[in-house]
Amino acid sequence: MGLDIRFPIGMMFTLIGLLLSGAGFFSPDKLSLGININLIWGSILFLFGVLMWGSAVKAKGK
Amino acid sequence: MPSQSIHLGVIDYSILVLYVAFVIGIGFALKQQMKTSADFFLSGRNIPAWVTGLAFLSANLGALELVGMAASGAKYGIATCHFYWVGAIPAMIFLAVFMMPFYYGSKARSVPEYLKLRFDERTRAFNSVSFAVMTIFASGISLNALAKLLHNLLGWEYNVSLWICSFIVLLYVLKGGLTSAIYTEVLQFFMIVLGFAPVVWLGLRDAGGWVAIKQKLAGVATNPSAYNLADSASTTFHSDAWTSAWKPLIGGPSANPMGIDLFAMIFGLGFVLSFGYWCTNFLVVQRAMAAKDMKAARNTPLVAAVPKMFFPLLVILPGMIALALSATEGKGYQFPKAVIAEAKMSTAIASVRQSVASGADVVTASKTIASAAGTSLNTVKVEELLKAAKADPGTPDAQLAIGIQDAVVNDYDGVILSLVKRYCPTGLLGLALTALLASFMSGMAGNVTAFNTVWTYDLYQAYIAPDKSDEHYSWMGRVVTVAGILLSIGAAYFASMWTNAMDIIQLVFAFVNAPLFATFLLGMFWSRTTGTGAFVGLICGTLASALFHACTLSVGNVPGVKGGYIHNFWTLPSDMAQNFWLASFAFTICFAVTVLLSLSTRRTKSDEELKGLVYSLTPKQTVDQVWYARPGTIGIVLLIVCVILNYIFW
Repeated sequence: MGLDIRFPIGMMFTLIGLLLSGAGFFSPDKLSLGININLIWGSILFLFGVLMWGSAVKAKGK
Repeated sequence: MPSQSIHLGVIDYSILVLYVAFVIGIGFALKQQMKTSADFFLSGRNIPAWVTGLAFLSANLGALELVGMAASGAKYGIATCHFYWVGAIPAMIFLAVFMMPFYYGSKARSVPEYLKLRFDERTRAFNSVSFAVMTIFASGISLNALAKLLHNLLGWEYNVSLWICSFIVLLYVLKGGLTSAIYTEVLQFFMIVLGFAPVVWLGLRDAGGWVAIKQKLAGVATNPSAYNLADSASTTFHSDAWTSAWKPLIGGPSANPMGIDLFAMIFGLGFVLSFGYWCTNFLVVQRAMAAKDMKAARNTPLVAAVPKMFFPLLVILPGMIALALSATEGKGYQFPKAVIAEAKMSTAIASVRQSVASGADVVTASKTIASAAGTSLNTVKVEELLKAAKADPGTPDAQLAIGIQDAVVNDYDGVILSLVKRYCPTGLLGLALTALLASFMSGMAGNVTAFNTVWTYDLYQAYIAPDKSDEHYSWMGRVVTVAGILLSIGAAYFASMWTNAMDIIQLVFAFVNAPLFATFLLGMFWSRTTGTGAFVGLICGTLASALFHACTLSVGNVPGVKGGYIHNFWTLPSDMAQNFWLASFAFTICFAVTVLLSLSTRRTKSDEELKGLVYSLTPKQTVDQVWYARPGTIGIVLLIVCVILNYIFW
């Protein structure tokens, strides 16, 4: 198959993670149960996206 | 409830738009690879197991999982997990270990085509028509749930949401065929899990953890009518009815909120319905058939089984969290229910006063007040209200209004939505919403791709236009993709007439799937099964479902669409019990008729022709895999984990 699905998944979550953690960083007053959930969850999504993307790049390099 | 709708911020829309762009982008990126009809319908049999495995799971994630399972989690508690731990997992392992070699090895392009190879055209035609109808309904129910949700959550117009979402699915399926559906399903799988996990995590924190939830639900179980969970004030359950999976079942139908006995659960759901769905439904089997080789095809359901086992955490737990929160003072959480508009409320109040004056009985009064309020009401609550109003004729309108509003039945399908509203600030809201959209789209794309393959190969090519060029069938596939989506939209409008989507889906599955597994079981594992036996058995099984439905009714329902319209011979304790018993009955009839007729008719296919289609006539494959990587070994390990889960939540 010409398309490694890890590329779009990785890219999408990297971007969404950036957006969400950015929102959490710049408006730290948007809390849920006293937690800045946007920042925390955004960072997790970003990390997931980068790992997925990275593994696709690594596989392509082989 | 558009008045309570929330507004999305720029960030929410950005997440939503990003997701839609990627999904459509995948469709366009795959467009170049769609050269032959086999590319469009079968994905060229070129995909690795982890991708088909996650797609296998995701294709089934329609309205059924997120909305319906959370609804059942609140309504029935942890026993809902049986759909996973008793139902899906064993069936998926059976598919991988025993059935996949015949589906994949026979080179059939669809499940109905396997039936043609094994039996004859009659069984295939019957199965493809019933399957096509079923996929359209499943997809329509999913669409309807989505449009309703978006309307409630965001105040978006029902019709607009319906058409826009269908159009997005249409676009990427049309461009990239099955490959695009499968690839986007994988993306959607991660979107769903990562979009909902924070909501569940926050809910769990809010409710004070599992131990606190157990405590609260014990209080609910001993007094269910206070939470509108029972129609009779005398109904009470043991304190663990919502929080242990097996003990309430062993106590019999009156000891658990599902109203289910052990036999209906294990045989009806665990064996007949689940095996009928996971092992014969082309919607999921198609994903495994697109795998790149036999090894990948057999690993597909096994890959899917791992996350599936833990899905109750994501889909059932939210319902239980919501119920526990509603039972906790000071949390300010109101279990979702329809809000009666002011104008209707005043007629309802007048109706209460009139019922008290005329001295009407509770059932009649309840009906009149409910029709005045424009929503269903809990009888126990109405009875209390009438008593109070009778005792004090001077009760002010405002107090009656509170009583009437309190009697409104729970909107279980609104559970997920209410939690998203409670926990998600702008940002996370966009993510959770996108996850919801992803689940509906994956379900719809799954149905549409299965529908277009069955229509084109099993109906159009087989009976309408047999000897056309490959381009012609590719063209037909695209035309029928559009037609399938339009039919789904029609089915969505049809489904908008009912409230609990889950019960309807179960009923449709019971009609079509229950007898089907008997046919496959006998076909794959008993070489003596004949074409006539299979066909007549299947027809009798399906008729038996319809007959059973027409002759039974569950408590609290009136004869009609819920059954009992010929004559009510048997009143079952719940809708679900009726579904499970219906499945058991249909399976048994189909099995018995197929065996009897097969023994009295002549075989039309020789042993040689059945090679690769029947277990005993297929030479054992020499496996080049080490023992621990074999499907059988992985299957046993997964089963053990499943047993442990059942034991923990016993």
